[in-house]
Amino acid sequence: MQNTQGTLDYAFFIDPSRCIGCEACVNACAECETHRGHTMIHLEFLDREHTIATVPTVCMHCHRPTCAEVCPADAIKQTEDGIVQSSLKPRCIACSNCVLACPFGVPKMKSDLEQMMKCDMCYDRTSAGKRPMCATVCPSQALAYVPMDTILRMRPEKPTNVFFFGNEHVTTKVFMMAPREVDAINVDITDFMWESQS
Amino acid sequence: MARPPIDEAALVTRYGPHPNYEPPGGWQSEAQDPAQKLVPTHCCFCGQQCGIQLKVRNNQVIGFEPWEEFPFNRGMLCPKGVKRYMQSTHPDRLLAPLLRDASGFRPVPWSEALSFTATRLRQIQERHGRDAVAVFGGASLTTEKAYLLGKFSRVALGTRHIDYNGRLCMVSAGTAYKLVFGVDRAPNPWSDIPLADVMIIAGSNTAECSPITTDYVWRFHDAGGKLIVIDPRMTPITRNADLYLPVRPGTDLALFLAMMHVILRDGLENRSFIERHTTGFEAVAESAKSWEPATAGRITGVPPEAIVKAAHWFAKAERGFALHARGLEHHSKGVENVLGLINLCLATGNIGREGAGCVMITGQGNGQGGREHGQKCDQLPGQRSISDPEARRHVAKVWGIEPNEIPQAGYSAMEIIDAIHRGEIKGLLSICFNPIVSLPDANFTQEALEKLEFLGVIDFFMSETAHYADVVLAGSLQEEEEGVTCNVEGRVIHIRQAVTPPGNALPDSQIVCDLARELGRGHFFSFRSPREIFNELREASRGGIADYYGITYEKIDKQMGVFWPCPSEDHPGTPRLFEGGRTFHPDGKAHFQVTEYRESGDPVNDAYPIYLTTGRVVSHYLSGTQTRRIGALVDQYPEPRVEIHPRLAAAHDIQDKDWVIVTTRRSEMRVQAAVVRTIRPDTIFIAYHWPGSKSVNRLTHRTLDPRSKIPEYKVSACRIRKER
Repeated sequence: MQNTQGTLDYAFFIDPSRCIGCEACVNACAECETHRGHTMIHLEFLDREHTIATVPTVCMHCHRPTCAEVCPADAIKQTEDGIVQSSLKPRCIACSNCVLACPFGVPKMKSDLEQMMKCDMCYDRTSAGKRPMCATVCPSQALAYVPMDTILRMRPEKPTNVFFFGNEHVTTKVFMMAPREVDAINVDITDFMWESQS
Repeated sequence: MARPPIDEAALVTRYGPHPNYEPPGGWQSEAQDPAQKLVPTHCCFCGQQCGIQLKVRNNQVIGFEPWEEFPFNRGMLCPKGVKRYMQSTHPDRLLAPLLRDASGFRPVPWSEALSFTATRLRQIQERHGRDAVAVFGGASLTTEKAYLLGKFSRVALGTRHIDYNGRLCMVSAGTAYKLVFGVDRAPNPWSDIPLADVMIIAGSNTAECSPITTDYVWRFHDAGGKLIVIDPRMTPITRNADLYLPVRPGTDLALFLAMMHVILRDGLENRSFIERHTTGFEAVAESAKSWEPATAGRITGVPPEAIVKAAHWFAKAERGFALHARGLEHHSKGVENVLGLINLCLATGNIGREGAGCVMITGQGNGQGGREHGQKCDQLPGQRSISDPEARRHVAKVWGIEPNEIPQAGYSAMEIIDAIHRGEIKGLLSICFNPIVSLPDANFTQEALEKLEFLGVIDFFMSETAHYADVVLAGSLQEEEEGVTCNVEGRVIHIRQAVTPPGNALPDSQIVCDLARELGRGHFFSFRSPREIFNELREASRGGIADYYGITYEKIDKQMGVFWPCPSEDHPGTPRLFEGGRTFHPDGKAHFQVTEYRESGDPVNDAYPIYLTTGRVVSHYLSGTQTRRIGALVDQYPEPRVEIHPRLAAAHDIQDKDWVIVTTRRSEMRVQAAVVRTIRPDTIFIAYHWPGSKSVNRLTHRTLDPRSKIPEYKVSACRIRKER
């Protein structure tokens, strides 16, 4: 776990195993002042035929955001607090590079607005000391915005913010809850293959 | 004659449901013209009654802000709560009273609508007797409105027939708890849930129907608690279950009897608790003797070893907790199902302690408060029996009438529809109830409504039942009148008025008081505010079981809710009942009740070999009068679907999204398939929030539990075929 924060600072945690697929987050997201009427959350029903499992995805706010690095118009900015903002409307050329490059599949191209928009962790709220809308309303607390200390005390899982996508190593501001014995999350099958380990 | 004046499609075009997607002024309007005040109040949907703050500008609700200080939900909301604010300025709102005419309905002045309503009700009563008129109430009304309606029926109309849509919700649980404990309330506060060691969730789609409870259950699980889920469907709460028992619809009681059998066989009962705090144990023990796990396994479809494991886990837990909802209660043996579960809690000593107990999850907005103060056919305020002479004397004194002027118990909701159908009841005044969608066997309900000589409806939207009305009185939303409700835990909370009703719509309580005046009984209804109604209610409930005497609006605000009973102003309220094992019965004991397993009222056979079960989805509430008008909630679940296991689907050549015809002994419907492995292969599920051709309640049956009079929504026999 790469934790750059104090344990009493508020942080954002995602625990898909708690998600009940109710879409309170999806609906609440559209109530945020910075993008009212547009929801930025992805709520996936993994495979409804086979399971009730659902997964909510907000922007992970990468420490080195791939979306910003691939943006040819330099339209995606990271503020000092580590929040990766939606594209700047005057700069965004709606090319969708960021949409394709994001390892988590977060940015949304709003073709009606010709602008990429994404979760900015409710910048209007968090920058004013309020909690993000989605994590405030989430009735299962699959999305939680609480001090690190609270999560470590209350949850059996462990927060991690280190991800491997093949050779791509990503660390993020947002934490994913993982089993206690896991330090980083691998999402490439080759990491689990005997050939790769030998 | 009360058929809709014009065809349904024309009524829908005029009055909706139309989906509303945007707040007043559009999404961007708040940026330019911000809210003027935040009103801390509660969600109108479901018995959780989550705290929420409504944003108000120019007497319109324009948005919400989470209310993190309210202890029950700490800011959490479900999608219904998030979007509930979209109603107050909804284009479908009824803005004036409507009288039916040949072209449909026309707006009229209040004086005309009220005098017409009163005249028709009186004419019917003069011609056919007082009991020829009935009143339907609802469990989404504030407690003041529910109280007022009970008084109105008995004092202004003098009819004995008043009942409410809570008859479709909490009455099986209520009857069972009264039998065992002498009181009808969830005995434990929700803060007890995370403290339990083993939890049974039986017949509750917790995550969709009471979403906020999910976090309580996950916290229990995080702390190492073991979760046992009993349901024919794997609903989202099952995803973290440690033991899942896929019970066949209608067989829960067999499962509980077998668990009791195992507990007693293996000597795991809590003898000292049973001896000190209960009566009737020996008879229950005797009744469980024949229920070997293998016997129950054959009936329930649950592996016997899983039944044994569940019994052992629960009985060996220091603190066992049971949550149950309509999945147990919507049965012709709904009361027995609940009793079977309570008996397990009693045998293991799990009541009245921190983290140990048995609770019902109340479903409707004011499902608890709405059933305590007099809109049930057999109750007077304070959860008092209407046949109790002492209770009649007390309430008559508060009302300023003679005890013998209070009518005796009347018919329950389904019995009222029966009486209308056979011509005994000829006039109906209905508020906050949409029986054509929510009652079973909807074709029968429709025939009944068509036979009415007079139907008056008070509502804020044109419900499908209002289509049959002679007069529709434009009423108020929850946020348009002050009052109290009682949440799932028994916590009485304060509903603040955020705005006044739009147009010429009036607060519900004013409509009822005005009608009483038209009926010449205005002197009993001289209330000028909900607060005055509440103060009378406090007196009327004083000394009763649900004693509100010590509760005031101010005290609720100060304490963030007051749990009843609260007999005096210096009393803090009672979050946990039965502390020290003492119940509300005069002997202070919990009374074990013998249960007897029997078949459902609509048994499967070769012609109808599949179980049909019904329920809710997360984005809709009850008959959908409100949620079918909120765009985001409509989009989330626009139409009913039928959940079918792949094995059953394959046997009928059905693929996902195919159209399927579902047929029961009453009727058939066409519905799109959702092929899922999360339902038993002998069972299908359809949600009930829609009217007409999309109404699964045209397929359900009218069998009632003999004691609670709840319909058996959870089991109908059906057959299916793919539409060719």
